[in-house]
Amino acid sequence: MMRRLFNFPGGVRLREHKRESTSSPVARAQLPEKIILPLHQHIGVPAKPVVNPGEQVLKGQIVAEAGNNISAPIHASTSGKVLAIEDHAIPHPSGLPARSIIIDVDGKDEATDSYGTARDSSALTAEQLREAVKDSGIVGLGGAGFPSYLKLTNEQNKVATLILNGVECEPYITCDQMLMRNHALEIVRGLQIMQRALGIQQAIVAIENNKPKELELMQHAIYEAEADNVELVQVPTVYPAGGEKQLIQTLTGKEVPSQGLPMDIGIVCHNVGTAYAITRAIEHNEPLISRYITIAGSVAKAQVLEVPIGTPVSHLIEQCGGNRKTLSRVIMGGPMMGFALHDDEVPVVKTTNCILVNSVISDVPLPSRSNFAMPCIRCGACTQACPVGLLPQQLYWYARAKEFDKIQDYDLFDCIECGCCDYVCPSQIPLVQYYRYAKSTIWQQEKEKTFSDISRQRHEFHNYRLEREKKERELRHKQKRQVVEGTSTQDDKKAAIQAAMDRVRKKRDHSEVKPKNVDNLTDQQRKLIEEVEARRKKKLEEIKHDTDNNEVESRKP
Amino acid sequence: MLTAVIALAVLAVIFGLALGYAAVRFKVEGDPLVEKIDALLPQTQCGQCTYAGCRPYAEAIAKGEADINQCPPGGETTIIALADLLGRDPKPLNPEHGEEKGKRVAVIDEEVCIGCTLCIQACPVDAILGAPKQMHTVIEDECTGCDLCVPPCPVDCIDMVEVKSSLDSWTWNFPEQLPKNLASLANQRRDSDANRTDDDQPTISKKAGTGS
Repeated sequence: MMRRLFNFPGGVRLREHKRESTSSPVARAQLPEKIILPLHQHIGVPAKPVVNPGEQVLKGQIVAEAGNNISAPIHASTSGKVLAIEDHAIPHPSGLPARSIIIDVDGKDEATDSYGTARDSSALTAEQLREAVKDSGIVGLGGAGFPSYLKLTNEQNKVATLILNGVECEPYITCDQMLMRNHALEIVRGLQIMQRALGIQQAIVAIENNKPKELELMQHAIYEAEADNVELVQVPTVYPAGGEKQLIQTLTGKEVPSQGLPMDIGIVCHNVGTAYAITRAIEHNEPLISRYITIAGSVAKAQVLEVPIGTPVSHLIEQCGGNRKTLSRVIMGGPMMGFALHDDEVPVVKTTNCILVNSVISDVPLPSRSNFAMPCIRCGACTQACPVGLLPQQLYWYARAKEFDKIQDYDLFDCIECGCCDYVCPSQIPLVQYYRYAKSTIWQQEKEKTFSDISRQRHEFHNYRLEREKKERELRHKQKRQVVEGTSTQDDKKAAIQAAMDRVRKKRDHSEVKPKNVDNLTDQQRKLIEEVEARRKKKLEEIKHDTDNNEVESRKP
Repeated sequence: MLTAVIALAVLAVIFGLALGYAAVRFKVEGDPLVEKIDALLPQTQCGQCTYAGCRPYAEAIAKGEADINQCPPGGETTIIALADLLGRDPKPLNPEHGEEKGKRVAVIDEEVCIGCTLCIQACPVDAILGAPKQMHTVIEDECTGCDLCVPPCPVDCIDMVEVKSSLDSWTWNFPEQLPKNLASLANQRRDSDANRTDDDQPTISKKAGTGS
């Protein structure tokens, strides 16, 4: 029986540009000279390094452990020596560097003993499966990089449906398509492992209808793996049908609540790449150290490569026949949602799916067009194109006017930054950039607000402390005065004064400080010290003499 | 006549008591406007506004003694927020009080510090750690960058250092605004359009996402 499909609003049809990179088979990327592993490749806290510079590491060896529960460990993707753990350029739109482990590759590609050994997964419990996924450093490979084991937890039995996302809707990106072509069976086995970890029956695999070959292969794999309760669904080719929320809407007709998670409506969505990585991890003891990446754009040979994570982008471009000298722009990700890299020495990370080289193609809505932005003519094309049903034009006005309260009333944070509005805008306004600006500024302002609240508290406490100290001081003085006044007789007073003087004198006489660090001194230094000591002694004696005289004088009536 | 006077007098007494009770019962602690203004100020406690801290400045604004453009650390954002709150027109920052700078923190040169505690006493948020004749250091995360510790230092060992943009504090740029000269832009546009092929024209899918 065919599943009834639903529509999501808006969307655009794009030229696919997928044939270039799918016409040749997947190749293994050559080992680079250096591997750079940023400690923060996932959502959550950065991983903590467990190796030191100079240490020899093997392929598959853990080099950084998970920072806390929302984090993922990182493994060495080949053998070599740890050169340094320092700031290095990472793939991030800011171009700012971040802490990374840099490994000097020795080229032997030696693996740890356990790496690649077969393991029988049927005996493992759901908890053990989750642990294995966690220890293998697997994160969502579709792009978000959320630690996968968290999305395999079903404690309250809230999850009823598992969706495996094979809808690769963005132009140029073909890594999931090639993965389904080469490893369909392993993807289905990964899906079965996910089902067991979640303890659920129902699972849907979704593939776009422009990939008939992969659909057939997956159908065959499902039959072969005897995955009877897995349903294979073909969805229409519309951008962004592969967006998590859009796919859920297409398949079930349900909308993920505003600012909510698919979990809220009993659905969990994983990428096909994640399923494959899970099979490799559970059945072959291979942690996540490589992935499929599409290299496309102006390179001699566009293709999909199996790349060790941490390989510099420049190395991949060179391998595909791109000229490093003529690089003007490299985009990580697709033309709609990717971002331009500031440096071609950045490494690929777990979430990298595509490298687009020198794409001066006009159907790319990103940076190049912002120079040509014309005034908004209020045509409303963006509203028709928005797959979330937002009002992009309204958001644009508020972002431009920096009215951050009002923009949130129009659900800015439900924007998935798919770029549809940007693409259809006849004035070529870089709308998504306005939304990204507004989002990041709002987050920043919230952080500043928290900081200023803390500062206010600290300042208030500071004032309270000053007040308290003043009171305490007054109280002390009062007590002292009482003591002095309380000593009635002249003799008592004198005795008190005498005692105080004795105390001071005793302290002065015993204040000889023992010098430290005086071994191994040169003669000249010793001489200097002696001179200083002599001078000080003389001065001390003078003072002592003076005060004694004064004391004598002051005692005179 | 007399009944009316008595009735009114009784009513007056009753209402008077009710109002008097309400005034005590629902008394508002502090001035809510001051609280609101204080919440918008950056809490740097630097005193550049000529008041002894953010709260005194907030009180002065509420009383109408101070203008809203005297806070350099808050800068344009704070002025706009204050103008919004008070229903006034925003105005540029008064240069007499200083200029808007990026976030900075104090750093003590520990080689030079003599442990005099003067900076500790000056710090409005207790963000400097140390003791007499012991080296001092700034708790960077708590420092508001107010500059108040700099003048008291007898050996000039405190530097105000610009906080580097980190991944956590990074924000996307505001997209470039429209260039002034639209005519030249239109020419540019025509040239670039001439190089385009029809194939590349964007098309809106009218019936995207049809179910099958």
